[in-house]
Amino acid sequence: MLQSSQADSSSTMHGLKSASDGDGSEFLAFTLGKEEYGIDILKVQEIRGYEAVTRIANAPVFVKGVINLRGIIVPVVDMRIKFNLGTPTYDQFTVVIILNINSRIVGMVVDSVSDVTTLLAEQIKPPPDMDTTFNSDYLIGLGTIDERMLILVDIDKLMTSPDMGLVDHQAN
Amino acid sequence: MAIEMSQFYQVFFDEAEELLAEMEKLLLAVNISDPDMEDLNAIFRTAHSIKGGASTFGISDMSDITHFLESLLDNIRKGEMAITAEHVDAFLIAKDILKMQLNGHKFGAEVDQESVADVRMMLQSLAQNSTHIAPPPKIESYIEKNPAEQFKKCFRIEFPKVADAEIDTIGEELSLLGESAKEILDDNRIAFVLNTNATPDDIIAICSFILDPQDIFITEIAQTKIPAREENENELGYGFFDPVDKPDEDKLGYGFLEPENPAFALDRSPEEIMKGVARKIENDLTHQGAHDDKHHAKRDADKAAGNQETTTIRVGIEKVDQLINLIGELVITQAMLEQRSIDLDPIEHERLLSSVGQLTRNTRDLQQAVMSIRMMPMDYVFSRFPRMVRDLASKLGKKVEFITYGASTELDKGLIERIVDPLTHLVRNSIDHGIEMPEVRRFDGKTDAGRLSLSASHQGGNIVIEVSDDGGGLNREKILAKAHENGLPVTDNMPDAEVWQLIFAPGFSTAEVVTDVSGRGVGMDVVKRNITNMGGVVDIRSARGFGTTIVISLPLTLAILDGMSIRVGEEVYILPLSCVVESLQPVPDDLKEISNKGTVIKVRDEYLPLIALHKVFGIEPKYTNPCQGIIVILEVEGKRAALFIDELVGQQQVVVKNIESNYKKVPGVSGATILGDGCVALILDVSALLRT
Repeated sequence: MLQSSQADSSSTMHGLKSASDGDGSEFLAFTLGKEEYGIDILKVQEIRGYEAVTRIANAPVFVKGVINLRGIIVPVVDMRIKFNLGTPTYDQFTVVIILNINSRIVGMVVDSVSDVTTLLAEQIKPPPDMDTTFNSDYLIGLGTIDERMLILVDIDKLMTSPDMGLVDHQAN
Repeated sequence: MAIEMSQFYQVFFDEAEELLAEMEKLLLAVNISDPDMEDLNAIFRTAHSIKGGASTFGISDMSDITHFLESLLDNIRKGEMAITAEHVDAFLIAKDILKMQLNGHKFGAEVDQESVADVRMMLQSLAQNSTHIAPPPKIESYIEKNPAEQFKKCFRIEFPKVADAEIDTIGEELSLLGESAKEILDDNRIAFVLNTNATPDDIIAICSFILDPQDIFITEIAQTKIPAREENENELGYGFFDPVDKPDEDKLGYGFLEPENPAFALDRSPEEIMKGVARKIENDLTHQGAHDDKHHAKRDADKAAGNQETTTIRVGIEKVDQLINLIGELVITQAMLEQRSIDLDPIEHERLLSSVGQLTRNTRDLQQAVMSIRMMPMDYVFSRFPRMVRDLASKLGKKVEFITYGASTELDKGLIERIVDPLTHLVRNSIDHGIEMPEVRRFDGKTDAGRLSLSASHQGGNIVIEVSDDGGGLNREKILAKAHENGLPVTDNMPDAEVWQLIFAPGFSTAEVVTDVSGRGVGMDVVKRNITNMGGVVDIRSARGFGTTIVISLPLTLAILDGMSIRVGEEVYILPLSCVVESLQPVPDDLKEISNKGTVIKVRDEYLPLIALHKVFGIEPKYTNPCQGIIVILEVEGKRAALFIDELVGQQQVVVKNIESNYKKVPGVSGATILGDGCVALILDVSALLRT
């Protein structure tokens, strides 16, 4: 708990702004289908396997259900279903990225997690003005490392958006 | 620096709030015809402490009001004027104003300056009246103030070396407690001898504005006579002690101190002081309690309460909650460990299994201990009622004797805060509608003053709170007539208990039922709903002419729920046990289809709607025919329905977890819990299910 709240507070100071400020920031790279994505590492609490998900009745298909994360009830969403990328299979290799966003904890199922990379501001290009799988509102930009290209996602904005339906919007 | 200051502000606000509550409690306890000196002193001390704190923080408006309050109280305390009901009322109003000012500083709430000025005027005029009506001749008051008669104890208080100005301030402060005299010790340190009714704690409290309490050394000595009050000493520039100016001194018993320099007076005064027994403060207390009169016994009790306070610490609720969460995790881990070790060979793994058994016990003890941190005494709720009862009774012209029992009964903090509103409503109802006017009561052969009691007690895993009055009781005929009018299904031969439950029906105004006085605030249906939401039940016992008792039964904590686990298809859900009436397996004849309305089931001559959980939640069930599965009859808020499920799994206590902290509200689900195998099970929201 303590660790996550620290990560959260420092990320609000450090996260997005530093991505454009200079010194470079670290991104966790993961794949969905053939595409490679990156999210701010400070939003990531942990990475774990996929197990024992309890289904929530009448929830959208991409909301797989809730899990017990050491006593906390955490919803799990499958990004592959949400964005129609890759094949939603569940086995011992399925990876769940546990995110801590504004002290709310969410699990996100992806195809695989590759590495953590540091991107300097000049390596981050503005997102192209075209139709992407993600609404460009949720993109920070495109990160380039040699031949690789990471689609950098503003995971904060994405997970709290009405699109995902993880937060009660009339309540806020 | 700014941050540090704000921390202290918070401490002052908390402390002032407690002091104000204390003041109100004391004021309400004051017996006007025979005021207890101890109480008056205690009230004075609370006012004084607030004033001290307020001026330390530069909160001048509060210190201003307390100043007037204090001077008026001082007059009363010194016997210069008699306390009247008018005074008590004025003090109570002043307390409210202070509370308003406090909130103003604390939350930036609006402060009604006009009423502040009014209260100031009122206190001032009361203080002036006193001097007009009974101007106390100075000399007489000194005679009366023979210390041996008026003050019960004498303390010698030693201080470390401090600045002269501070000594003067201390002198002034001490003189508020009683009669004090300054004394200079050999090494230039200063000591005071104080004749007072106050306790050593009060002395420390009063000095702690200036000095570190650890540096203050207090011993009790035999009663000694003190030349004069310190403030007079200051004003008169020591001339007071000059035998020429005061020839009467001998007569007044001050003569044995004839010093040129009064500061040394007590140093030189004979054996009296030397004989004084310097005792440890604690010893003194036990000693006094053992043989002294009731005042002392009472003071001991107060003292004990005071001591208790110093052994507590203030901790933010989020820290406690975090601790509880961690323990929750530990319990779950322990349960998993236990479950996984069940299959092990008990002989081969004997030591491991016994360690697991010990872990189970320790975890359970730890969980209980941590849960008890969140527990608060019911006194927290009860203490706010005496004032309300007093005000309401005098407004309605009724006489009410208010009694509480079991104020030390403990309840979860979360529940205790939520029980306040329903209880307030019930208490108001009892005074408004229950207790009759004095004339009516006399006519019925009852005492003028109605009795209203609030009690709390533990019964099994529940806490039972009763609001009881000896008023007119509920009127069965009127309730039934009203129920007919509202189209509720009633019969004339319903049992009383069911009739009384009718007053909880929405739109069933109790005001029209019992009296013509209009009810205020929430209705009884809201009371019932609030209590049901807390997982509690409300019962009414009433006898015409003898009074009404409303019994609220609540679970000890919100965090644990008695649940029944059920299975549909592959999924396990938890039903709150309090909603489960019975379970049965129906025969095909009991099931009836109603076109477009679904199915109803006949249970004991009653048709209940059948809710198939697998349809509501979109589950692939084991059985689609209700006759193969199980029907659970649910009842909540007076509504009943039959829930069709595959099978019952078992009954267990579950730890309730919030889903909404990380996800949105799920329709039909009130929370979640973690089962022994580490899986999550959802807790069904029965009232939502019944609405569908």
